[in-house]
Amino acid sequence: MASVLSRRDVRARRLPTAVKIVIAGGFGVGKTTMVGTVSETRPLRTEELLTDESVGVDDISGVERKQTTTVAMDFGRITMRDEYVLYLFGTPGQERFWFMWDEVAIGALGAVVLADTRRLSDCFPSVDYFERRNTPFIVAVNCFEGSRQYDLDEIQLALNLGPKVPVMLCDARSMDSCKQVLIDLVLHAMKARGVE
Amino acid sequence: MMPPEDPPQDHWTDDPAAQPPAPDRWLDEHEHHPMVRPYVMTSGRVEPTRGKFDLITLVVAVGPEPEGTIGLGPEHLAILRLCQTVLSVAEITGHLDLPVATVRVMLGDLLDKGFVSMQEPEPEADMHDIRLYKAVIDGLRAL
Repeated sequence: MASVLSRRDVRARRLPTAVKIVIAGGFGVGKTTMVGTVSETRPLRTEELLTDESVGVDDISGVERKQTTTVAMDFGRITMRDEYVLYLFGTPGQERFWFMWDEVAIGALGAVVLADTRRLSDCFPSVDYFERRNTPFIVAVNCFEGSRQYDLDEIQLALNLGPKVPVMLCDARSMDSCKQVLIDLVLHAMKARGVE
Repeated sequence: MMPPEDPPQDHWTDDPAAQPPAPDRWLDEHEHHPMVRPYVMTSGRVEPTRGKFDLITLVVAVGPEPEGTIGLGPEHLAILRLCQTVLSVAEITGHLDLPVATVRVMLGDLLDKGFVSMQEPEPEADMHDIRLYKAVIDGLRAL
């Protein structure tokens, strides 16, 4: 269990730096499961009100009953000794909330695009998004251990991925599997950014 | 075959310090939303006076306990209580169940008054430090 830093610990030295990894993919593909599997704390949810931009200028009289639209993201935390804290953010399920994607993708170490072979097209928007943003990403196909082996080359082809984008199988419920996915992503991000 | 979607095994220890109870608030009985709209807590402000406050900016309470509550609302004080340990902006919003924009404004106030210290994340352009990658890989291996 990682230690929690208190204000006494940090008084004399600088605060740790946070880094983040994005877990993306279509609805119901296992993003929240993966975040929960590796998080050291119970995953939390952060919400953004869609009406933020209009806050302060809207006249809300008469609309008190109006359902406020919120975009939620689940996230977890892994404390890495004292110097760094890693946060994992699951992207909002609906791709139309791009502004929230930008919020998590900017400054991310990299991204894991979770895919389900029965609904492979669900991960196209995520792949497009990270390609456009130049965010290092890998594709992880979420499946049960011992299930039929998918041909990873076929998936690579179907997703029209460059040969340099790693594709791997994973089980979002398994700590070992999620660890391996994240380690592979970090190694890939190093290569993609030319860090030796 | 369904992809694995089961909720993961509950492996988190409920550290009371890490899981502070949500502050008592008036909730809308129909939607369970706070009856006080977020912009009321920020006096209508949508941008913090100081600081950018990325979702992963780390915040910790510093300095003396605030004497009295002049200029500070109950949510400001709730943030200070939470930030006795180092937390990200995202964690603060998650624990307090408040929108990110609201928490940002209140953090700006606290930074302004010297009640919190913060550490912004590395900009993407600076992600060429091999120590960062090594630390993350070591940390993941140690899980």
